[in-house]
Amino acid sequence: MRLARDVVRGEEERKLRDISGEEVRSCYQCGKCSAGCAMTSMMDLLPHQVIRLVQLGQVEEALASRTIWLCASCLACSARCPRGVSLPNVMESLRVTMLRPGGRHIDPARLPADVLENAPEQALVAGLRKYS
Amino acid sequence: MSLRQGSMRYPYFPGCTLKAKARGFETSAVASAGALGVHLDEMENWQCCGATFPLQADNSFPLVSPARTLASARKMGERLVTLCSACYNVLKRTNHVLRTDVGRRDKVNAFIEEDYAGDLEVMHFLEVLRDDVGFDALARSVKTSLGGLAVAPYYGCLLLRPNDELGFDDPEAPHILEDFLSALGCQVVDHPYKIECCGSYVALEPGDLASGPSRMVVESARSRGAQAIVTSCPLCQYNLDVAQQGAHGREQAGVPVIYFTQLLAIALGLPEDVLGFEGHVISPGPLLRCVGVVGSDAIA
Repeated sequence: MRLARDVVRGEEERKLRDISGEEVRSCYQCGKCSAGCAMTSMMDLLPHQVIRLVQLGQVEEALASRTIWLCASCLACSARCPRGVSLPNVMESLRVTMLRPGGRHIDPARLPADVLENAPEQALVAGLRKYS
Repeated sequence: MSLRQGSMRYPYFPGCTLKAKARGFETSAVASAGALGVHLDEMENWQCCGATFPLQADNSFPLVSPARTLASARKMGERLVTLCSACYNVLKRTNHVLRTDVGRRDKVNAFIEEDYAGDLEVMHFLEVLRDDVGFDALARSVKTSLGGLAVAPYYGCLLLRPNDELGFDDPEAPHILEDFLSALGCQVVDHPYKIECCGSYVALEPGDLASGPSRMVVESARSRGAQAIVTSCPLCQYNLDVAQQGAHGREQAGVPVIYFTQLLAIALGLPEDVLGFEGHVISPGPLLRCVGVVGSDAIA
């Protein structure tokens, strides 16, 4: 991991801040977000670790994490953050960094038939807005 | 306000899911409201709220659709009632942005050619029951005793967070569903996962990933004696229901996950055709027949 000034205070981190509206440097890594997250058992990185990577300008590594797609935007973390950081906004800024150039995490045409048939419209609309 | 003061009318936003997969949520709510002297007056000109509030500070475009609905509702009155937790969350949060952020308000208004100032009160039907009908009056309207049916409330995330914008209830220790269930004569089952996330739209990820958190919620309710779980979110209903598919053995029956309005309609003695339990994985029929609150075998 290269931690030179141009990496830590680099263009990538600034772009994420513009998208998310969040100041990740406020985070002091207490881990309360990760302690209360319902999805951590499936994550490769804990939510506070993703924030740490962004703080250090390691955006590529954050973008490669499963965690950004497993965040369900439930806001349990931001409700409890003592530093007022809305992690779901940061996760969304990472997702849209992949999606805005035309990337897709989930292809609507490849959703399983039982999901298409049974999932409520709310799941399809919300999910496809987050994943495509 | 009390029931005796006659009919209360509210502009009402159903949202997409209540017209399709969660029809029983709407039919039970509209019929129950009517029985309580509340008329839910469906907006003529509504469109999908977007189902999830956009978390991007640099993009106002996802606010356009909910903003159109809000501007349209404002022409009908000062309040707008929702049933679906997601619609409530998205409309109320969008309203907050339009009320407090002049820059984004001007941008969205210019696009939709409206002059909407965010001066609408977005309400959830539970708030109408609590504040305008009143839970005491509701308790007096109960026709069918639920006989101490043990029911676990499930809030999930969308009704409660972010609290500084929604102000729906105590965000860590809510009690509106508990008070509602008590008014209906249910035994309230408190449980530690009632405000935890069900997994939400992660249900679309391959590999059944949302079932992990959902099973935790169901187990938290079941292990404390819940015979049913109530929700106001179609996605919570789906995730909690599907997580139990095939996961329970012969000795352990599933816990039905039902909309709070379906229980309300039963308590108010409304006809069974408004309940709309079709499509539920864990059928509430056997439980409700067993405790004698519904009679017909017609309930799936």
